[in-house]
Amino acid sequence: MHELSIALSIVELAAKEAHKENAKEVKEIELEIGEMAGIDTEALLFSLRIAIKHSLLENAEIKLHLISPIAYCSKCRIEFVPQNRFEPCPFCHSYGIELRQGKELRLKSLLIE
Amino acid sequence: MCTTCGCDYHSNMDHEEMHKHGIAHEHHHETGYTRQKIEQDILSKNNLIAERNRGYFEAKNITCFNIVSSPGSGKTSFLEKTIELLNNKYTVFVIEGDQQTSNDTNRIKALNVPCLQINTENGCHLDANMIYESVKSLAPENNSILFIENVGNLVCPALFDLGEQKRIVLISVTEGDDKPLKYPYMFESADICIINKIDLLPYIDSKIERIKDNARIVNPDMLFFEISATKGSGMDKWIKLLDKLKSE
Repeated sequence: MHELSIALSIVELAAKEAHKENAKEVKEIELEIGEMAGIDTEALLFSLRIAIKHSLLENAEIKLHLISPIAYCSKCRIEFVPQNRFEPCPFCHSYGIELRQGKELRLKSLLIE
Repeated sequence: MCTTCGCDYHSNMDHEEMHKHGIAHEHHHETGYTRQKIEQDILSKNNLIAERNRGYFEAKNITCFNIVSSPGSGKTSFLEKTIELLNNKYTVFVIEGDQQTSNDTNRIKALNVPCLQINTENGCHLDANMIYESVKSLAPENNSILFIENVGNLVCPALFDLGEQKRIVLISVTEGDDKPLKYPYMFESADICIINKIDLLPYIDSKIERIKDNARIVNPDMLFFEISATKGSGMDKWIKLLDKLKSE
């Protein structure tokens, strides 16, 4: 259940950025979460709805974009879409591929008033 | 006149430029709302503090390990044996993380090693700030070794860098040889895998090579040590690695 600490980090970071802009309220918070970031998105949304209470984000709509994974095999020099985090290269079957996309944990933007 | 804020001063400066230079200005939009691009890693605060810890350890030549495992794999026994075998060759400091109790700290303190207990209460992992605060009061000496025993949990601690030099994942042979595949994030993030309780191998259906093969699937660069923390077998190779790391 590390999603609660992730949610608290999101609120802290978002509130800091909103304060910088003298925001009265945050209307929307946009997140990008990689499908292979080790995050349960349901648990994250549940935690976020609790974490935003009594903050500038209290009424914010949460927009969560899932980022699908892209892996890269340095031997074959090809990119492919893996079904799980530790799938071997479909061509040379070697492990230790590089995940180029799909591990994101990013606060993308805020819609502020 | 400036089209964004109506003043004369920034007449030649566009809106993006103002943001770049940190010049205060109003946003005027038809809807009354402004889309503010942030594009920041959610864990950036933890990662920043972890880097600060890492720099502190490096400056003081402190070798710091973050030890993770399931509950009951033998992290504390492994530490006890390591401390015993080092026999005061290096000064050792320990930070213990548990939800509750100071049982582990009492075991380490009984070996005359300074130890600080963090009780995470409802938390499932240690984070970089907890280490930052603990190090302030523990004050590890220059050239020492600092062991951080994380909360027994193979899921959550994987995401949180503490500023360690090496991450050690401990697995005992009784846990099932496919554990690295079941909890891949942790095994991927570790540098060293200690396979513990090898003295129990004759009694159970476990094969060390099978554990290693599974761990290599998620982390081809993993370094392995096969030990029995209670019997002391295999510990010499691990102590040699500590010597090597301390002499670098």
